[in-house]
Amino acid sequence: MSEPNHARRFTAIWIVASLIAVPLVIWVMGPELPPGKGSVQAAEHVTDNTVLVAAATPVFLMVVVYLLYAVICFRQPKGAALEGPAVRGNVRIQTWWIGVTSAAVLALAGFGSVELLANYGSGSGSGPSPLTVPSGPRLPVQVIAQQWAFTYRWPTYGGVETPHIVLPANTTIELNVTSLDVIHSFWAIQLGVKADANPGVNNVAFVKPTKRQSFEVRCAELCGIWHGNMFDTGHVVTPAAFVIWIHEQQRRFASVTKVLPPYSKTYLPEPTRRGG
Amino acid sequence: MSALAKKSLGVGLTTLVVAILIGLYIASWATSIPPTVAATTTPVVSAGASLTLETVASIGPKFSPSHPDWVSYLARSNGQWVHSTVYQVPANSLVHVTIYQFDSPTGLRNPFLSQVQGTIGGTMTLDGKTVSSIPPEETSHTFAIPELGVFVPLPGISEEAKNPCEFAPCQPATMAHRTITFTFRTGKKGRYRWQCFVPCAAGFLNGNGGPMQTLGYMDGFLDVV
Repeated sequence: MSEPNHARRFTAIWIVASLIAVPLVIWVMGPELPPGKGSVQAAEHVTDNTVLVAAATPVFLMVVVYLLYAVICFRQPKGAALEGPAVRGNVRIQTWWIGVTSAAVLALAGFGSVELLANYGSGSGSGPSPLTVPSGPRLPVQVIAQQWAFTYRWPTYGGVETPHIVLPANTTIELNVTSLDVIHSFWAIQLGVKADANPGVNNVAFVKPTKRQSFEVRCAELCGIWHGNMFDTGHVVTPAAFVIWIHEQQRRFASVTKVLPPYSKTYLPEPTRRGG
Repeated sequence: MSALAKKSLGVGLTTLVVAILIGLYIASWATSIPPTVAATTTPVVSAGASLTLETVASIGPKFSPSHPDWVSYLARSNGQWVHSTVYQVPANSLVHVTIYQFDSPTGLRNPFLSQVQGTIGGTMTLDGKTVSSIPPEETSHTFAIPELGVFVPLPGISEEAKNPCEFAPCQPATMAHRTITFTFRTGKKGRYRWQCFVPCAAGFLNGNGGPMQTLGYMDGFLDVV
């Protein structure tokens, strides 16, 4: 019996498998990928994750299909004593391999860079001077990290500070993230926001929540013994409900607001008397 | 056995012994949890439970031979001061806390925490007087359970106070202190961490090392059962 054309047969199997799997990834798995669609930025992350998983699927299938094909078709016959001859130096395959993988990596790097700049930093901390800033009104919220809790300050509401975060839906939020001690990272998971909190640095991130929801806040930078307990639950509410909430916070924390330092993008509190 | 084999065996055994010792050290460190102190249940069950604590500038050699100069909390149990920061309280109940504060002020890094939060009435009593906040710079420690929204600032004793406590156990009857009382309500069962938010660890970078990073000194658990 003549030997079949393995290359053609393997390629056919791989293409068919990819044609089945890639649409499944895009239309079935994609919408379920994290972080969800809680904000314009988070929805873009879902798209990015879908693109990356869809692009990786044919590569993954190529490896898996080839392994299975080899196990089934290239199995050593019973009683055979010799290894198969080594195959070396196929210039055409090597050239194609290097060309295709280089093009794939460069294309994905370009895609990632463009997406990172999309939607004003794509929810990531963009440093004190972001490359792109959304036009129109936006609500500034300062995120203050310290071992081991986040608090939030609202410069447009008299500089009141709150122990929890509540945001209005369909409003562009300017998060100014900083720290009072060590490096933390503010991660609002379902909103697609992650910004490092560095002492003495204002790290700006933009986010536009799109629906009423609760979201998890976690520290994403190992920051000490209670790092794992540095979490909170935030809420996105209607703009009217937000106004009611923030006015309640202003009333509740009126006395302590008077002793807070003037609002600033960063704070360098003196570790008085003890810690030096 | 060849010389090379003997050498390899020696290196292997030494490595194994060192690895075992390191493993034992880490296991010992990871499992060294302070004893649990149960809150005293008041005669009327609906009235909740009571917890009596003290904060001291130095835990002293009696309670912590390895770190006698570390700042710490202690709890009152069966008439004795116990070096523990794991407290057991009943679920869905009022917990009445009394803290005898023997340390001097350090100051809050975030003045926002100088307001009493999460207690019944949003207040505490300080030496018998009801207050809702204290000057941030006079804060010595805090007792905070972030998950329950409880933040209570504890003011320090005057720098010129007579008869300050040198190290634990400190006696409220004879030594300079502030007395803080407050009540909060527990919720569902669970283990909640509590901590001090004042960078009060003398001699450590930013005051946040040592006793601030070690279970059993300035932080612990509230076991709600």
